[in-house]
Amino acid sequence: MSNPPLATSLLQSESFIYVLYIVAFALFIQGLRGLSGPTGAVRGNRIAAVGMGVAVVATLLNPGEGNWGLIALGIALGIAVGVPAARQVKMTAMPQMVALFNGVGGGAVAIIAWVEFRNHGSTYGSHLAVRTFESGPFVEHAIVRTGALPTYVAIFSVFAAIVGSISFWGSNIAFGKLQEIIPGRPISLGPAQQIVNLVLLILALAAGIDLIAGAHSELLFIGMLIVAALLGNAVVLPIGGADMPVVISLLNAFTGLSAAATGMALNNPALIVAGMIVGASGSILTNLMATAMNRSIPSIVAGGFGGGGTVEGAEGAGEHQGTVRSTSASDAAIQLAYANRVVIVPGYGMAVAQAQHAVRELTKELEARGVEVSYAIHPVAGRMPGHMNVLLAEADVPYDQLKEMDDANPEFQRTDVSLVIGANDVTNPAAKNTPSSPIYGMPILEVSDSRSVIVIKRSMNPGFAGIENELYFDPKTSMLFGDAKSAVSEITAELSAL
Amino acid sequence: MILASVLTTNLAILVLAGFIGFVVISKVPNTLHTPLMSGTNAIHGIVLLGGLLLFGLAELDSFSKALLVIAVAFGTINIVGGFLVTDRMLEMFKSRPKPKGSEKESAGEGKSGADGKAGS
Repeated sequence: MSNPPLATSLLQSESFIYVLYIVAFALFIQGLRGLSGPTGAVRGNRIAAVGMGVAVVATLLNPGEGNWGLIALGIALGIAVGVPAARQVKMTAMPQMVALFNGVGGGAVAIIAWVEFRNHGSTYGSHLAVRTFESGPFVEHAIVRTGALPTYVAIFSVFAAIVGSISFWGSNIAFGKLQEIIPGRPISLGPAQQIVNLVLLILALAAGIDLIAGAHSELLFIGMLIVAALLGNAVVLPIGGADMPVVISLLNAFTGLSAAATGMALNNPALIVAGMIVGASGSILTNLMATAMNRSIPSIVAGGFGGGGTVEGAEGAGEHQGTVRSTSASDAAIQLAYANRVVIVPGYGMAVAQAQHAVRELTKELEARGVEVSYAIHPVAGRMPGHMNVLLAEADVPYDQLKEMDDANPEFQRTDVSLVIGANDVTNPAAKNTPSSPIYGMPILEVSDSRSVIVIKRSMNPGFAGIENELYFDPKTSMLFGDAKSAVSEITAELSAL
Repeated sequence: MILASVLTTNLAILVLAGFIGFVVISKVPNTLHTPLMSGTNAIHGIVLLGGLLLFGLAELDSFSKALLVIAVAFGTINIVGGFLVTDRMLEMFKSRPKPKGSEKESAGEGKSGADGKAGS
């Protein structure tokens, strides 16, 4: 009978809990390493999930942990919402799902900072650190010696609150736009937008600094959360649909960094490491996406593209009086059937039309005829990083047929037919040839190098930026107007009838 | 002095984690960027721990408790949903040799895995 208490005290000792946290973050890192290739990725994700389980158990072992009923309630609610959402979401809706999950994470960060303030704001400081480590010798000494609590805890906590709130609202707006609850086009106050954003940022920072300096007003804290919320709205609302890959990555980085800040405030190594890794991941992706669009991150956040691009695009439309050659499904089928090598260039239009399975059927039909087929995927095709790859993987397209831009571009010269499905700006030669174009300098898929091009598109409407695509006026290009899914299915039907 | 050492230790962890993050994430190919995002998404659901820790405070009023229930629910959605959806996606990437129908099985596996974790 004397054994259980001993075992319990060992399990609940600070060192043991700390070791569990170390195990947890080691598992996170190992899990993410698995993502460097498709074969180890599933296992990697599960390793990270186990790490999360370890971290949760470690936290629940904390002496003094209580309110078990409420904890169970929160977790049950989370499972009740999260599991069905994750299981039922369509692959085409993945960007908004990721935005939503990102948003709730940011919301959790902001709420936690708020509760922390409610309970410790009067002596803003590391109560939790003290509590967590109260049996460790050194923090006990620290309390005795300093009496007051360190400012850095307040700094990290306020940072977490502001960034978490921005991320929550920004992600929800991104979700709304992707889900088409809110119009996807930029909604902005025009030139005043940047001033408004700046004022909001300054207000949030001023409130934060006041709180750190010792203002004990909960109203001020709530005000800071609201201002940050407005800022999140103000930053994301003016951003157009095609900039979404950058925005989602950026918000992902934000939530990660705010989680790391929470970890600093709560003195929790698992939170610090996990949050920081997510911050790093989001930053890398943001940077990659921005580079792939040849745009700076500040210019996207400032929301300059959607509005400015339309104006310049309108001018471009006036200039272009070339002829557009349209084709039929049967002609396209013949053209594809006699090709040796076909490259398919998917874009957001494929996702909207849910055409990935039809595209896969077409590929099978072509392969049966001995045509070599591969897919060229631009980094920003779709609405989030890697969006096209997920859709094509869903349709069972082999991983090695998916070519990244740098590998795909040299291949176009020996390609007979490039089949562009719902992609626009990422194929526009103006990015290479027309210095006055707003997208000049953006890396593109050089489909115009191939011998002929078929573009499947709903209409001649220019893409999100309103930029006319020179590719469509190229003599070797033929346009097949229609919904991506039905157009591709028609081609497949014509092919099998040949 | 001693408190500073807690801070500096944590700062060291923060900075090192940043570097490790950059190295590890740089190795992820473009093709896997969507699962990477949803996976890292799940990982930042770890803020759940913050909510759990705060529940251990003795003097919480009911408003704080209500807020924390929301925070814990949000964190759980983030974790469970994130890992599940990532699992679903990644199964598609590896499912090439399998015939049709493999997708359903994999989603089922993912569910049981995540449930076990969240229930813990």
